[in-house]
Amino acid sequence: MEPVLTSGARIGERPRPKKNYLNETKGFKSWALTVDHKRIGIMYLVGTLSAFLLGGIFALLVRLTLLTPQHKLFGLQVTAETYNRFFTLHGAIMVFLFIIPSIPGSLTNFVLPLMLGAKDVAFPRLNLASLYLWIVGAIMAIASMIIGAVDTGWTFYTPYSTTTSGTVTLMTAAVFVLGFSSIFTGLNFVATVHKLRAPGMGWFDMPLFVWGMYSTAVIQVLATPVLGITLVLLMLERVFQIGIFDSRIGGDPVLFQHFFWFYSHPAVYIMILPGMAIISELIPTFSRKTIFGYRAIAYSSVSLALLSFIVWGHHMFVAGQSQLAVVIFSALTFLVAIPSGVKVFNWLTTMYQGNISLETPMLYAISFLMLFAIGGLTGIFLGTLSTDVHLTDTYFVVAHFHYVMMGSTVTAFIGGLHYWWPKMTGRMPSEKWGRIAAVLWFIGFNATFLPQFILGSRGMPRRYYNYLDQFQPLHAFSTVGSWIIGLSLFMTAAYLLASLRKPMDAPDNPWGGTTMEWQTSSPPITHNFEDQPVLEHEPYDYRPKAVTH
Amino acid sequence: MSSLTESHTQHTEAHAHHGGPKIYTANLFALLFLTVITVAAASFNFGSANVVIALAIATVKAILVGLFFMHLIWDKPVNAIILIAAFLFLGIFLMFDFLDVGTRDHLQPRNMPNMDNATPVPDSMNPLKAAPPQPLTPAPAAEEHK
Amino acid sequence: MSTTTTDVQSHGGHGEPDNPHHQHHFATMEQQFDTSKLGMWLFLATEILLFGGLFVGFGLMQSRYPREFIEAHEHLKQDVFGRPFPLYGAINTIVLLVSSWTMVMGVNAAQTDQKKKTVRYLVLTILLACVFLGIKYVEYSHKFHDGLLPGMFYAHQSEDLIKGTHGYATFFAFYFMMTGLHGIHVLVGIGLLSWLVVRARRGEFSSEYYTPVDLVGLYWHIVDMIWIYLFPLYYLIS
Repeated sequence: MEPVLTSGARIGERPRPKKNYLNETKGFKSWALTVDHKRIGIMYLVGTLSAFLLGGIFALLVRLTLLTPQHKLFGLQVTAETYNRFFTLHGAIMVFLFIIPSIPGSLTNFVLPLMLGAKDVAFPRLNLASLYLWIVGAIMAIASMIIGAVDTGWTFYTPYSTTTSGTVTLMTAAVFVLGFSSIFTGLNFVATVHKLRAPGMGWFDMPLFVWGMYSTAVIQVLATPVLGITLVLLMLERVFQIGIFDSRIGGDPVLFQHFFWFYSHPAVYIMILPGMAIISELIPTFSRKTIFGYRAIAYSSVSLALLSFIVWGHHMFVAGQSQLAVVIFSALTFLVAIPSGVKVFNWLTTMYQGNISLETPMLYAISFLMLFAIGGLTGIFLGTLSTDVHLTDTYFVVAHFHYVMMGSTVTAFIGGLHYWWPKMTGRMPSEKWGRIAAVLWFIGFNATFLPQFILGSRGMPRRYYNYLDQFQPLHAFSTVGSWIIGLSLFMTAAYLLASLRKPMDAPDNPWGGTTMEWQTSSPPITHNFEDQPVLEHEPYDYRPKAVTH
Repeated sequence: MSSLTESHTQHTEAHAHHGGPKIYTANLFALLFLTVITVAAASFNFGSANVVIALAIATVKAILVGLFFMHLIWDKPVNAIILIAAFLFLGIFLMFDFLDVGTRDHLQPRNMPNMDNATPVPDSMNPLKAAPPQPLTPAPAAEEHK
Repeated sequence: MSTTTTDVQSHGGHGEPDNPHHQHHFATMEQQFDTSKLGMWLFLATEILLFGGLFVGFGLMQSRYPREFIEAHEHLKQDVFGRPFPLYGAINTIVLLVSSWTMVMGVNAAQTDQKKKTVRYLVLTILLACVFLGIKYVEYSHKFHDGLLPGMFYAHQSEDLIKGTHGYATFFAFYFMMTGLHGIHVLVGIGLLSWLVVRARRGEFSSEYYTPVDLVGLYWHIVDMIWIYLFPLYYLIS
């Protein structure tokens, strides 16, 4: 893989340091008690990808059960309770153990201080605490699965969640712990961006990845505590019947939904903003072109974060809110679509007349643009009151959120993983297998979820384990699509892990990026930079200039 | 004590010059005075304004605590912005929830015909008059084979 | 908002050469102190939103059961000269306000190298916090005695507040949740203050380094601020 020479590259200038963050200290304690953001990022990566695997297995079980309307799995009959557990655990693991913590905990942890020219995040010990809280929460969640499992759906709606058997209390306690992991990570990143930028780096000199992650962190700090108190109230309602959410004892079930979605809608922006942040890095790098509309993208990140807090009622259009409330929430939902559109247009304009190269990360970035367009636009269908009444709780919703959470965020995550893999591990992953996996991913994803839009608009409800015969061809198609996704991910895991057996010979800047992380070695030394870097050029400056020695 | 660079000494002296016992004590008396006011105001009935007045006085007290005890008046603005943002988003949560709860239809939807002379609802079906339900026991565990 | 560039350049990136508390990913102690404060303020924002959720729930339940909630409020008052008066609540409010004052005086003493005063004010704050918890204990034991308990434990039998609608059980559920969560924060605060006393007696704080005292102070003031809102909503509405 030929490294690309641009203004940012300094190939051959510096000898590879013998000691880097991976090998400078050895032993279990040096990892378990580390305060190095890079090591913490690697541990988060391993943890969240393991959660992704577990959640993915449940997804495959869901899709296998739905292959026929007889809800059989390997010849055995799947009961309704068992099916409920499949999709609940799939959702809860994916949302709380994977999507929310993954990009912030792994890629951002690793890259953010490097991009800012800093030695670490603001609070390194708090960073380690976040990781430990994630581990504790993960253990509690898995324990609750083994002991009794949960069948409420990942949304824990009352009164079912306050009265059903199953280990709801333990699972909500696990999510509570995971919430604090998320809060501390967000807190850390806000402080880091405010205070630890390199000399010369003002707010509008930062990479757009930082803007995206900063916006994410703001949401994490402001929204997650409300989830915390919601879960506490849920547990108390379940154990002590305090009468807040259960109408049989004087409560209001819609109140639970208000409490729950006040966090969970901003939470979906915690999921998508990091994906968008990654795309803002990939597009200019692989178009060899300055990003178009830097400030527009920066402002749209922050406005997405803020606007995300005023639209949560669109998850509750048919739950029993007042007419006035649903109309207002619907109107505000249209508003929140605008910053996303601004971003997509800016990314496309960046690519226009750029010097585009189709390496693996760029294939994922282009996939993102297409899949996010579909995901975002179908959100408008759901935000429109009149159409939502028909589409709510159907497979249309399922398809929509998989297009944004998986088709967009996970796509961007894999692209970013591939992009920063040389920086993190010092090895270049296989370009050939990367491209094959990326194409398979795009095909498999669309095969799985595009039919679900049709299923939903024709009336197939979500969370049902059987269905009318007429839906079977599309369900079967979707299930086969899920196998293609599985194949693509297995391939990605295989070629990335295989790259670790190669010698550590990745260049400092294999892709020709202009941000600061490419100015240090691959992998970086423990203290990130030999000398404090000073920002010398505008972000994404791809104007031709003499290669500085 | 270790030696200090000049700029650092100036910095800490500047911090020490902010606030000071006089201001803190004056603030305490203001807060105690407002406490007396709010307790006294509670003995008068202003109707629905009761809550508003009580919360308004509480907010003044909170602002005094924040500005002087917590140093916000002398700090960089970012700290105050964080505090205000927290209250702002809390206010959004409160406002939208009351918007929903406060404008829900009554038990009879508004577009229904007049029901005044309809058959009265028996007491057993009137939620305001029926006996309260028994405390719930969680649903019995389904016959699951592990 | 730009970073401090001059400090980095003048110190060549090594920052404060002498302060043992200097963490090396910060260029200067000032940057470290400002960042620590920022971090604490962010944490306090999460506390406000955590408690705030309970306030929102309380407010919504109050609008659902206005009569029951107002009647239940009377049970938080005590008989003073023959009339109902929120005695315990008012005393606790004053206790916490004074403790906020002793706290900030302690921070000021640490900032100005007055070790003995620092310890004295921190100890005073702890004592006031204990008084607060003591009064809370008295209040709680009265509630237990009267059967005014949350949710399914509600067992009050006298003429008013008869277990008929759910409003009373819900009111006391919120009462115990909110004052309980607040009380837990007071307890944690006592723990933090005690840790500060130990360190202050060892002479760890001075004008060069008083960050922990300042940060615990901020935490303590938020605990006070939450009570400032709890007090009227629970004890003064009638």
